Amino acid sequence: MSPHTTVRVRKSALPYLLLLPAVLLELLIHLVPMVMGVVMSFRQLTQFFIRDWTRAPWAGPANYELAVDLNKPVGQALLGSFVTTCLFTLLSVGLCWLLGTAAAVFTQESFRGRGPLRALFLVPYALPVYAAVITWAFMFQRDNGLVNHVLHDQLGLGGADRTFWLLGDNSFWALLTVSVWKGWPFAFLIVTAALQNIPGELYEAAALDGAGSWQRIRRITLPSVGPVNQVLVLVLFLWTFNDFNTPFVLFGKAAPEAADLISLHIYQSSFVTWNFGAGAAMSVLLLLFLLLVTAGYLFLTGRGRRRNADA
Amino acid sequence: MRRTRAATTAAITLSLLAATATACGGGSANGDGGSNSAPKELTYWASNQGPDIAADEATLAPELKKFEERTGIKVKLEVIPWPDLLGRILAATASGQGPDVLNIGNTWSASLQATGALLPWDGRNFDAIGGKDRFVASAIGSSGATGQDPAAVPLYSMSYALYYNKKMFREAGIEKPPATWDEMVTVGQRLSKDGKWALGAEGSNLANNIHQVFVLAKQHGADFFDAAGKPAFDGPATVDAVKQYVDLMAKDRIIAPGNAEYAQNQSLQDFAAGKTAMVLWQSAATSFKTHGMKEGDWGVAPVPVPAGGAPGTGRNTNSMVAGINMAVFRNTDNIDGSLAFVKFMTGDEEQRLLNKAYGSIPPVKAAQTDAAFASEDLTVLRETLSTSAAPLPQVPQESQFETTVGTAVKELFADAAAGRPVTTESVKAELTKAQQQMTS
Repeated sequence: MSPHTTVRVRKSALPYLLLLPAVLLELLIHLVPMVMGVVMSFRQLTQFFIRDWTRAPWAGPANYELAVDLNKPVGQALLGSFVTTCLFTLLSVGLCWLLGTAAAVFTQESFRGRGPLRALFLVPYALPVYAAVITWAFMFQRDNGLVNHVLHDQLGLGGADRTFWLLGDNSFWALLTVSVWKGWPFAFLIVTAALQNIPGELYEAAALDGAGSWQRIRRITLPSVGPVNQVLVLVLFLWTFNDFNTPFVLFGKAAPEAADLISLHIYQSSFVTWNFGAGAAMSVLLLLFLLLVTAGYLFLTGRGRRRNADA
Repeated sequence: MRRTRAATTAAITLSLLAATATACGGGSANGDGGSNSAPKELTYWASNQGPDIAADEATLAPELKKFEERTGIKVKLEVIPWPDLLGRILAATASGQGPDVLNIGNTWSASLQATGALLPWDGRNFDAIGGKDRFVASAIGSSGATGQDPAAVPLYSMSYALYYNKKMFREAGIEKPPATWDEMVTVGQRLSKDGKWALGAEGSNLANNIHQVFVLAKQHGADFFDAAGKPAFDGPATVDAVKQYVDLMAKDRIIAPGNAEYAQNQSLQDFAAGKTAMVLWQSAATSFKTHGMKEGDWGVAPVPVPAGGAPGTGRNTNSMVAGINMAVFRNTDNIDGSLAFVKFMTGDEEQRLLNKAYGSIPPVKAAQTDAAFASEDLTVLRETLSTSAAPLPQVPQESQFETTVGTAVKELFADAAAGRPVTTESVKAELTKAQQQMTS
């Protein structure tokens, strides 16, 4: 190699060298655990092998077959949990977004006490998850809980028999309540920030043209926060779909069927029952699903916005 | 050309990383039986035995100091709360970065034994701590799968008993606690009125559900695992046993429906508050006192057995062998120190002292003779342990069994509480479902 080429190689290698630490860390933190998870999902990894999981026998696609076989209880339970999670996520994200946007629009105009009110709205978001959810768990208790005390004793609703909120079908609504309570301040925060960027003149001009407040919200506010909403809904979706803490603290390690969210379900099928291969396979399926939804969502919303921009 | 080089670099990086990761995952490579490369230090993971972590640290600190003075080995103590303990042990097993000595729930013995992470207690290791014969046989029976060297040695033992509220019994004109299940139902129906209930349960606590239905299955002459160690959850006798337990709420109506969602020892609070007259519990005295009861407010009796029986073996079993075992991590870097520490903790002196502090029974025969273990409470627990307690199935799938069958019982309690019928068919269906979930 002539000295000339060496210099050229050095020069061209420099940017890569500078990037190398970042690439290595990225690999180490993100990619390697993911690759390991995928590898694990093809192994029969039970407690007999966790001490040295490279010795675990290869299972081929057996873990996946188990997870998607709808004629077997494991597959059925996974599908049931998946459907529950989809429904739960849809409702939770919708309500979080609605409440957050409504509150943000409401506090857009300045009035006395707006600052403290905004701060109050953010409290659920600032509280540590465990402390907040365990408080809810106590409030939802059947015999001594606040919720039943208010519903049955104070308002006289629901008859003499107290309601179970943490068992059976009602647990879905209990979980949804806590999830929305915990999630909407984030939507509020983001939409409030986005509203700051809408120039006041737009509203003034619209008011001069005779637009009512509803029309101003529909024609100015919502379109202006569109790009923010796109990201907000996606982030809320991913967080809610993967939420583990809320159901775990509320119900313990065996959630009632009506509130059996998928992350808790996978935890139960792997960590609690020590079948890590099956758990990894379910996680990989979940990852694929979320990737697909995210890609589809970005494609659709992106195309919609481009068309708007063209028009 | 440049692209190939980049690809090669990436490939090499990846394989290097994979190699490191594999090395991490494989545990430390110093073979079986540990080494003695760090003879002056030990790490000890203790389970939470007292009212809270701080109380345990206060109890154990002077003892560890004593051990250090005698041997020169410093013990680094970490008290780990129950909800975290198993996860921490599994993480330590997978990474090879664990403590030297640790406490485990004795029902996990066979499951953890199967991981190969714990030092097997063969004859030589037992000799190092004074021999296997020093321990009560039933406690040794809960320290690993039958036919293998135990994975741990017993440290604290407990058993179930029937605790009853003396005042409530007096007021209802009941002279003695029920000794059979028939008596339990008769007495229970006299006690369950005016917003008060006869018996407490923890319907959403999976482990507690398992402990109760395990004993009832024994009383029906059945086991949840067959002789080959395969799950056998939905046989007629186990179905009857589970139904009998849930029927205490569903049919006999002597357990309050609200107990179906209890999982945080609320039934003990109800007992202390005089809302329920009885609980089936292990070593509950300390908890009653923290909830404001005074010694003498409650009485202790053996858990009921089938009609015409008296506590004994087989169908007259009336408790699981509950307790804590002490294990040594196989890849410890202070094997001699670890054995010395186990010897110290299972010695007569420490056994008396620690079991007294925690309200448990020493699994060491010589320590049991101390007067402190002859109180009314502890006598019942001690006799149960030596005559009528059986170990939970010592099979690798035990923790899976606790989750699946424990959940089945929880669901059945939820049905009973909501007023839905609990029938032989519905119990069988839940247990069949539980059995089908035993995947591996």
